[in-house]
Amino acid sequence: MTAYNSTMILAILPEILLLVLGILVLLFDVIWKGEKRRALGWLTAGGAALISIITLLLGRPGGPQSVFGGMLRFDWLGFAFKQIFLLGTIVTALFMMDIEKLNRRGQAYALLLTATLGMSLMASAADLVMLYLAIETTSIPLYVLAGFLLDDDRSAEAGFKYLLFGAMTSAVLLYGFSLLYGFSGTTSLASFIGSPSLALGLIFLIIVGLGFKISAVPFHFWAPDTYEGSPTPVAGFLSTASKAAGFAVLLRLFLTAFPQFVEQWAAVLAVLATVTMTVGNLLALAQKNVKRLLAYSSIAHAGYILIGVVAASKLGVASVIFYLIAYLLTNLAAFGIVAAFGRVAGSDEIASYAGLSRRAPGLAFAMLVAFLSLAGMPPFGGFIAKVLVFTAAVETGWIWLAVVGVVNSIIGLYYYLTVLKVVYLYRMEGENEEQYPVTLTRPYALALTALSIAILIIGVLFAPWFDSASIAALNLF
Amino acid sequence: MTFPILSIIVFIPLVAGMLILLFPGERKTEIRVTALAAATFALFLSAWVYAEYLVKGLTGYQFQEYVEWLPALGIGYHVGVDGMSAPLVLLTGVVMFTGVLISWGIEDRPREFFAFLFILASGVFGVFVSLDLFQLFFFYEIAVFPMYLLIAIWGWVKTREYAAMKLTLYLFVGSVVSLVGALAMYWTSGMQTFDMLQLERAGFSAEFQRIWFLPVFLGFAVLGGIWPFHNWSPDGHVAAPTAVSMFHAGVLMKLGAFAALRVGIMLLPEGAKYWSWLIMAFAAIAVVYGAFIAFVQTDFKYMVGFSSVSHMGLVMLGFSTLNQQGLLGSGVQMFSHGVMTALFFAVVGMIYDRAHTREIPELGGMAKVMPFAGIGFIIGGLVSMGMPGFSGFVAEFPIFMGVWKVQPWVAIVASISIVITAAYIMRNIRDVFFRPMPEHLEGHISDINVLDKIAIVLLCLLMVGLGMIPSLMVPMVQSGVDNILRLLGGA
Repeated sequence: MTAYNSTMILAILPEILLLVLGILVLLFDVIWKGEKRRALGWLTAGGAALISIITLLLGRPGGPQSVFGGMLRFDWLGFAFKQIFLLGTIVTALFMMDIEKLNRRGQAYALLLTATLGMSLMASAADLVMLYLAIETTSIPLYVLAGFLLDDDRSAEAGFKYLLFGAMTSAVLLYGFSLLYGFSGTTSLASFIGSPSLALGLIFLIIVGLGFKISAVPFHFWAPDTYEGSPTPVAGFLSTASKAAGFAVLLRLFLTAFPQFVEQWAAVLAVLATVTMTVGNLLALAQKNVKRLLAYSSIAHAGYILIGVVAASKLGVASVIFYLIAYLLTNLAAFGIVAAFGRVAGSDEIASYAGLSRRAPGLAFAMLVAFLSLAGMPPFGGFIAKVLVFTAAVETGWIWLAVVGVVNSIIGLYYYLTVLKVVYLYRMEGENEEQYPVTLTRPYALALTALSIAILIIGVLFAPWFDSASIAALNLF
Repeated sequence: MTFPILSIIVFIPLVAGMLILLFPGERKTEIRVTALAAATFALFLSAWVYAEYLVKGLTGYQFQEYVEWLPALGIGYHVGVDGMSAPLVLLTGVVMFTGVLISWGIEDRPREFFAFLFILASGVFGVFVSLDLFQLFFFYEIAVFPMYLLIAIWGWVKTREYAAMKLTLYLFVGSVVSLVGALAMYWTSGMQTFDMLQLERAGFSAEFQRIWFLPVFLGFAVLGGIWPFHNWSPDGHVAAPTAVSMFHAGVLMKLGAFAALRVGIMLLPEGAKYWSWLIMAFAAIAVVYGAFIAFVQTDFKYMVGFSSVSHMGLVMLGFSTLNQQGLLGSGVQMFSHGVMTALFFAVVGMIYDRAHTREIPELGGMAKVMPFAGIGFIIGGLVSMGMPGFSGFVAEFPIFMGVWKVQPWVAIVASISIVITAAYIMRNIRDVFFRPMPEHLEGHISDINVLDKIAIVLLCLLMVGLGMIPSLMVPMVQSGVDNILRLLGGA
């Protein structure tokens, strides 16, 4: 084994820095007392932002390289996903600052950073053992975070449900990995050699494990309950960064291990995408709670993203990455708004949003931006993201899948507009909204403004983001 | 680099809309003045483009600007106007300007109202000047979604939620169906570009064109109010607040027709020839059926709404002829009907604001208290009937000539609509304006204000001017039609 060299350090630079930041957070948790601990949020967000900048400047990969004896790949794909996760962490840390019920802040932020560390490893893992460890490193802190509100039964239920589902699917995934090892004789992610029927069986097992992560139907049952019960910023994190991590693994695993069985798994994933989109959207129609609505909508979005995976082309992978960036910005904004509103109004029912456009015009407008972007309307990021995955699907001949996606976006538009109708059209009882303003604390105002502008920018000036996504996608072909 | 006049036209409303959102909501006067200033500027620039195109006798695509947008996929920001779109740009400027004047009195959150209205206007301008297929969709969708909020929030309380959702879903379905067709064109051409000027030369196989023409054309034509997908339109018109109805019937329906022409007919000419009989049948039904339904309405606004279906049917009828006269007539009709229907909805709005009813049997005697509105409505009515000397004649006469050349009996059937239109317009002029005013309205109706009058005068001048001097528009549209005929002939 060669000695450690600078490339190896660079390859895990974000992970090292995340670990340091986590220790710092725990340290300051002891030093700072009482109200001062709120500043841990600034520390986490600022630190994560710094890590992102440092890796952008110093940690850029050259050509794809295997490091640590083939445990990790150091390439643009992993790099792009790590930046996505860091962005999610920054925003989530800001949103968590003003959840008063979230005591033991130091632990919460440390768990958040640990989960991010795990995701970073997931994105670059090139070995089955490494991959499994990374997935567990991500999942366990998230189980705890989902159930973090000890005095809230729903939060405990959320954490417990998430844990049970996670453990079950993770066991199935591990079984799949062990079979993969057994037949190919190596734990490293290399082309699997075997009969198509065997490959198909393995693919099924792996899809169970990853389908849970990306909340694809029929492995989605945890999502609505968990999102509803867990602290809102954590739900936002689960629905964006954690989902992106699942897709990172899905892309790398299928395109590296099963490239010659692309017809089989693409067909399986196409069915999965269809069911996921349709079920997610149809169930979202009936929701009365905005967090549950966003949960089903995020299930549906997993389906749209799967369309890009099914295409299994450079454009397909690039569109998946682009979609994930746009979706991360948008969905974080949506959950941030729900969190900001929820702490003032004390309710997540859609009906309680009546009159919001009079109570807080700015917040209402941010909601307009986020929801229209989710619905796939220009000039917001969601539009171009959808067009790109559909373009990729048509390119590789999946016209019917593109049509299914298109039909689903129509259903989606309906329920997003229904929420906006409540926000803009309906009024509070007594019609005296001006007396109940929804004030935003600084972290929310900062994060939501930045997210809204980012959603607009990515929706209008999409070329640089798409080009970066294309570079990352090239590493898989 | 030349002066990017078209980009400025497209982005003025958007920038103004954003600016308006930054005002504190209670400073209503400043908001209105800003809106009016932006609308005036946009009108001035669009009139400038029109005048330059006309006076210099230009042909082809002019004022072009091109910027790479997403080079990896061949998406560009490419704008330019030709003889078909220049009148529509002017129309949008006019409707936006008059719409702001008419909406001066909106008291409920004028900030959001004008901001959404201007985002809509930007989308409309953007579609009319798009020479890139992706860009066209981009602006098309921008033009659709503010409509939902505008109708749902400021619309007629009784039907607004239903009508707004119905309209938005109809239009969205149409546009995404077209989008799939556009993606198919993109990949089939193998040219790696969304630029329509290049896609015109793609040489799609006849079979491909026959398959994809209908989804693409009909997807857009939904917004043009084509029968049997017109159902959203009268409901939407009626539920919308006045300025939005004006925008909607005046400009948005042209958006659908225009996009159907530019993407459907111009990029898939063989498909257009193959299916023209079906489009003609749909359009002829729309013309006659729309006129009949308008005739039996007792609600003033529904009447105007269905008359729009009928008149937009004429536009589609002109398209379906695929010959010089028909297309020329359609080009002029889009402008003429836009101005006329904007005027109709403006007058209906003025009357409703004062009488609080739109039921024709309960109205009367309006000519005495609001003579300006009365004269305006009569001029609009004459245009609607296709009287010589007004813009409607310049538009409808060539359409019927074109149809006669292809299918004489369709022309005969469709011309029934002229008689019915004349009947319901005359009846309404009598009922609403000239019979004695019902007692319960006596003394409650005030005259319209000066801003309303400016709007009416401007709209009337355009219709009469175009009717008296057709050469103000016809040669220009003719140059656009020549280009379409070249594509149809050369395919």
